Amino acid sequence: MDQGFRLFPKEASTIAPQVDLLYFFLVAVTAFFTLLIFVAIVYLALRYRRKSEAMPPETKTDLRLELSWTIIPFLITLVMFGWSTRLFLKMSTPPKNAMEIHVIGKQWMWKIEHPNGAREINELHIPVGRPVRLIMSSQDVIHSFFIPAFRVKQDVLPGRFSSLWFEATTPGEYHLFCAEYCGTDHSRMTGRIVVMEPAKFEAWLAGVAPDETPAKQGEKLFTTYGCMACHGERGPTMAGLYGSTVSLADGSKVVADEQYLRESIVNPAAKVVAGFEPIMPAFQGQLSEEQIVRLIAYIKSLRTAAGGEANP
Amino acid sequence: MTTDHPATLDAHDKGPHDSGQPRPAPYGLAHHFEDLGQQHEAATLGMWAFLATEILFFGAVFLAYSVYRHAYPQPFAAASHHLYLWIGVTNTAVLLTSSFAMVLAVHAAKTGNRRQLVGFLVITILLGMAFLGIKGFEYYKDVQEHLFPGKIFNLHDWEAGFWPVDVKSAAGIEFLRHAELFLVFYYIMTAIHATHMVVGLAIMGILAVKAWRGRYTAEYNDPVDMAGLYWHFVDIVWIFLLPLLYMVRN
Amino acid sequence: MNMTMTGTPYTPAKMPESSYLTDGYSLRSWLLTKDHKRIGILYMVSLTVFFALGGIAAIIMRLELATPAGDLVRADTYNRLFTVHGIVMIFLFLVPSIPAVFGNFLLPLMIGARDLAFPRLNLLSWYLYMLGGIITVGVVVGGGVDTGWTFYTPFSSTYSNSNVVWTVAGIFVAGFSSILTGLNFIITTHKMRAPGMGWFRMPLFVWSMYATALIMLLATPVLAITLALVGVERIFGVGIFNPALGGDPILFQHLFWFYSHPAVYIMVLPAMGVMSELVTCFSRHRIFGYEFVAFSSLAIAVLGFLVWGHHMFVSGQSVYGGLMFSALSFLVAIPSAVKVFNWTATLYKGSISLQTPMLYAFGFIGLFTIGGLTGLFLASVAIDVHVTDTYFIVAHFHYIMVGGAVMAYMGAIHFWWPKLTGRMYPEWWGRFSALLIFAGFNLTFFPQFILGYLGMPRRYYSYAPEFQALNVMSSAGATILGLGYVLPLAYLLWSLKYGAIAGPNPFRAKGLEWTTASPPPTHNFAEIPIVTEEAYAYHDMDAETDGREVVAGEDRP
Repeated sequence: MDQGFRLFPKEASTIAPQVDLLYFFLVAVTAFFTLLIFVAIVYLALRYRRKSEAMPPETKTDLRLELSWTIIPFLITLVMFGWSTRLFLKMSTPPKNAMEIHVIGKQWMWKIEHPNGAREINELHIPVGRPVRLIMSSQDVIHSFFIPAFRVKQDVLPGRFSSLWFEATTPGEYHLFCAEYCGTDHSRMTGRIVVMEPAKFEAWLAGVAPDETPAKQGEKLFTTYGCMACHGERGPTMAGLYGSTVSLADGSKVVADEQYLRESIVNPAAKVVAGFEPIMPAFQGQLSEEQIVRLIAYIKSLRTAAGGEANP
Repeated sequence: MTTDHPATLDAHDKGPHDSGQPRPAPYGLAHHFEDLGQQHEAATLGMWAFLATEILFFGAVFLAYSVYRHAYPQPFAAASHHLYLWIGVTNTAVLLTSSFAMVLAVHAAKTGNRRQLVGFLVITILLGMAFLGIKGFEYYKDVQEHLFPGKIFNLHDWEAGFWPVDVKSAAGIEFLRHAELFLVFYYIMTAIHATHMVVGLAIMGILAVKAWRGRYTAEYNDPVDMAGLYWHFVDIVWIFLLPLLYMVRN
Repeated sequence: MNMTMTGTPYTPAKMPESSYLTDGYSLRSWLLTKDHKRIGILYMVSLTVFFALGGIAAIIMRLELATPAGDLVRADTYNRLFTVHGIVMIFLFLVPSIPAVFGNFLLPLMIGARDLAFPRLNLLSWYLYMLGGIITVGVVVGGGVDTGWTFYTPFSSTYSNSNVVWTVAGIFVAGFSSILTGLNFIITTHKMRAPGMGWFRMPLFVWSMYATALIMLLATPVLAITLALVGVERIFGVGIFNPALGGDPILFQHLFWFYSHPAVYIMVLPAMGVMSELVTCFSRHRIFGYEFVAFSSLAIAVLGFLVWGHHMFVSGQSVYGGLMFSALSFLVAIPSAVKVFNWTATLYKGSISLQTPMLYAFGFIGLFTIGGLTGLFLASVAIDVHVTDTYFIVAHFHYIMVGGAVMAYMGAIHFWWPKLTGRMYPEWWGRFSALLIFAGFNLTFFPQFILGYLGMPRRYYSYAPEFQALNVMSSAGATILGLGYVLPLAYLLWSLKYGAIAGPNPFRAKGLEWTTASPPPTHNFAEIPIVTEEAYAYHDMDAETDGREVVAGEDRP
């Protein structure tokens, strides 16, 4: 990590230059209006400084002036809003082919698990030039995953998933910070993001991969907790479930994403699939955060097994 | 929560406002008001503003309650089912009657009928105390049935059939957790309401004593009027609490 | 200095024989007073003590941050320091500041009333404030609290090992002080105006007090009950906001910011009101665009209720929810811009004097402009994602709250000090410390914008070495700023005994408060004045009578 003094952060993701461009626009607007007001005040204060005790004559309010300094700022903010909204929508829509990495925050460390089961603590190795999506949850309080060089940040919440995506552009090491105050060692809940050339990354990944992938471990849990008993025949099938659209008993539809899968495991009664009885037990408090992540990894691995659209 | 006008003029109020013409101040007028009309308007508007703040105070709890009731409909219904609807309804009747007595008290104050004013205030107070007594009895029964959040609830060995789920199963544990959340709101909301009742009763006790001493006249009776508004508000809160807490259906 | 006050029959250079200050000297006469002016002074004294406490916490933090390593205090201590700094400065200083001191003192004087509508309630407000303050400070003595002033759940409700319950109890009590003050102001403005004082003849300070009071009345109860729920959750171990027990931590954030965003306007609207008084008086000019300035206060109060979600752009609320809050947050910037433009335009063709209060006013306009414009960065979701929870936020809200609210508070103290005490402060020292505060403030907080965009998160007590240079600048600025605040304390106290006698209207300002003696008599007006002109009618102010335009009239029919 470069520890030298600087006034502007590095740009190391695809989104960073775009955020910076909007930032510079706003800096320019700010500088313009600040100077305008400063200059106006200094000029007026000198030009009309008090020379006698005589009262100055009244000046009439000018409606055109009032309206123009109401409407022009409004139009400027409209431009800002449009620009920022377009960028934000891009930032909140991960590409389909993103590589998915699980992140668990706890007081006061980051636990990271790659798709092949490789694990890291307070470090995240990623390849350059490939979109990465983080699926994050917390084991205790609210944390926030913040990579300044990528201009991305997302709160990490207990009891639900949140996600964040980016694509690194420059190999190197960057700061990882926890940005949501989380207790005693909040300021030590930091780490490194290591961006590597794809070939180097593959080599690194192969070197640290464990024997079993999270999906495999999840499959074992699926059997241990007796999920097979129902989700084999009687209950909704898991094959091809992830990413499909599920019809619910109350008539609504929902896309089976990670958040849905999580909720259906810990609190199945919340969203019951049409045509089924709400008989599944809730697993809230029964499964650790890691176990939930693995079960979901397993269910997601069944997407390719069955393929195509499934409608349980 | 009454308004701020002293029925008696204290030292602060007696000072002459000006050197010249002494003004014969009408009875009950505080020094900083011009006349009783202005004083009455200020008191009334003040009370309504206070009630607006109260609405937001209760509103936030109602909102939180609604969020969780929407999230956990079955546990909320099951827990609500174990409350005593008949006690709730009885208490509603008691409270409505006391509000009616308060209306009569305000009327008596405005017509300058001191004996009726004291009488109706006492009736209002007695009915309010009856409400609190019944509420206390209900709390007692609830706690006896282990319907109180915390250890009393969590460590209890529930008999089969008390809850519509198997409380030993994982789903049952989850269900109880959410039913407990209902009880949390039941106690918070009724306790805040009861606190408002106690405050109201204290105020009305003072009013009754002052009324007995003849401090209120047909012209000056703002405190009685304002206490009436407050009492009706507390009543209306209860009218909302009754269906929200006692009549939850799936 | 231009203070021509000799030679007219209305400005005797001696103190009035009796005033609200001479109406009893015992402690009891102060502690049981129902006089709005004395209650204002009670607030002023207690606010100064709390400001000093919050300031000391800030100084220790800045010392810690002079080096990257956490070497001065322990991490837990640092967390307690920023928590107490936030809680004391927001709930015990900024929220009450201008309303409780100057609103109390001036509102009845400005509208020609003898007191607020409910004097006893007013005294009760002060006692509630003191009780809340003592509880909160007691918590610090008893080990402190480490949740941050935002009390985010489930950290505050389950994980923190500090005195959360007592702290929220303190804020709960102080909150009712705020509610009752707001109620009093609303009713007073509606029902106590002197004959002829129509809504559009009111000084803009009164308009801003009215808008502030609306927010106090409608937002504070939500905070009170939300913090009470956190307390209940901790005491009984239930899970109202803890997801492990079925609760929802995001619900807490919604309820919290529903108060705490409007609370920002509780702090800054009164400051804007003060600004309108200062700019008009020291340019001897009617305010430019009175209606626009007045209605922008109400617009800010109303819109301020609809933008709380911009504190939660990265907390996991829905994308479209975020965009809606973003759009509304841009909108709320417009009325603030309108005010800044109108204040500037008021100078045009005026007669401008750079006395101490005007220096503070110019300081306010400059710093508030920067604070407001950087708010646009935060309303832009795409940028907010990067800068939220960093020092950029810290810099932004200090520009609004210190650069805005505290500058205006200091300006108000210097403007109305002669009215409050009957004495003038040394003008040279006043100007000197105003400039010192302006310089110290910018040196403290401008580097934090850069730090924030670099990515330094807030609430860090140790940090990466590359952030050090900017942090050292900030800490150096804080030292100057601290000195800038101590100086006025010294010379204002000095002026109580040795300052020149001010006379009723040393600045030749308009407004009913300047038609009374300085300090004013206990019941303000011997006769309720009858108002016959618009606010800030400097152009037809008669130099001979020193602005005594108000006709002493009969009692109201």
